[in-house]
Amino acid sequence: MLAQDTAIETDAYAGGDAFPPLDPTYFASQLFWLAISFAVLYFLLSRFILPRIGGAIEERRDRIADDLDAASQMRDQADETVKAYEKSLADARARAQSVAASAKAEADADIAEAVREADARLDAQQAESEARIRAARDKALKEVRKIAAGAAADITTRLAGLDVAQADAEKAVDAARKG
Amino acid sequence: MADATNPIKQFEIHPIAELTVGGLNLSFTNSSYFMVVSVIMITGLLSLAMSKRALVPGRAQSVAELLYEFVAGMIRSTAGDDGLKFFPFVFTLFAFILMGNMLGMMPFFPAPDFHGFTFTSHLIVTVGLAMTVMTIVVGYGIWKNGFKFLKLFVPSGVPAPLYLIVTPIEIISFLSRPVSLSVRLFANMLAGHILLKVFAGFIVMLGAAGAGWAVVGVLPLFMVVALTALELLVAFLQAYVFAVLTCIYLSDALHPGHH
Repeated sequence: MLAQDTAIETDAYAGGDAFPPLDPTYFASQLFWLAISFAVLYFLLSRFILPRIGGAIEERRDRIADDLDAASQMRDQADETVKAYEKSLADARARAQSVAASAKAEADADIAEAVREADARLDAQQAESEARIRAARDKALKEVRKIAAGAAADITTRLAGLDVAQADAEKAVDAARKG
Repeated sequence: MADATNPIKQFEIHPIAELTVGGLNLSFTNSSYFMVVSVIMITGLLSLAMSKRALVPGRAQSVAELLYEFVAGMIRSTAGDDGLKFFPFVFTLFAFILMGNMLGMMPFFPAPDFHGFTFTSHLIVTVGLAMTVMTIVVGYGIWKNGFKFLKLFVPSGVPAPLYLIVTPIEIISFLSRPVSLSVRLFANMLAGHILLKVFAGFIVMLGAAGAGWAVVGVLPLFMVVALTALELLVAFLQAYVFAVLTCIYLSDALHPGHH
């Protein structure tokens, strides 16, 4: 059976064929069709297909770059917004502080005014009271003098039997008080 | 039976439509068929993937864009940003070889004789691709740099007496580039497919041997499964290697004299 196979195989090569991959019979045909198919493939790929693939990739890259740009722009915008917000917040705080400060100053001024007024009023009352007290004392002192003079005159009359004028008695009391 | 176990059978070329021009046999063969299928599959799949051209890509579009960025990144890292003018060429090369290798991994394919074929396993095809690369490298290098392109063989920063040794080495290495470029791809695909077919042949032979031998056939089956995975990797890797080396050579054409 093996011998038979060998015989058939030998028959297949009986035509004086060389080892097929090196057989020059079809060299021209191989090169001819290789050139045609390679040229056609090159033409189709370089003209239509590769630009299409490259274009798709390029488009995606552009799109991604655009999106990244837009994103960074938005981030800048957001940063700006935050900055503006913080600024207005700081402004509001400063304004609130100034309002508070001025209110405090006003209140202080009011209080000072009220205190001053009260002081003045109290001073006036005190002065008035003192004046009244002094008048009362003076009056009282005058009474005391008069009583002392009267008493002195009475005593003199009773003891010495002398009739002393009220004016003289008063003079004597004054002299005695000074003495 | 012979066809099933013969590891060389898969590389045979059969004319589908005879065509002779000026004594040259330019027949449309199964190899040509797979080249045309590759072109249709690449353009068709990529067009389909990009049909929606959505801003948020779906699965297919992601793959297409991944492929695009992969090749673009490969060029940028090896030849710099000015290497991107060769982007369509490198992409075409990479896609064509990758699709050719992957189509070759199909054991059956709606082909005229219903067996898979790998056009990158034919030396003349890889030589054609490698020579295209070298023609562009040399042509662009001379067009852009003029005589300065020859600096490629006189690397800067070498002590003068050493140029006697370095320059011939550089020339030989430059001349061997198309050879290594084409043979690497060709040999990898050829060897991998022969290996696959040999192990697959073992299964058939053990199955036909009768008695308990069919059970032993499980072993080469596992081997074939493992090798298929390996070959898928190789199919991608060789396309990648071919494209990367192309980029490095293009880099020489763009910036000769410093490498």
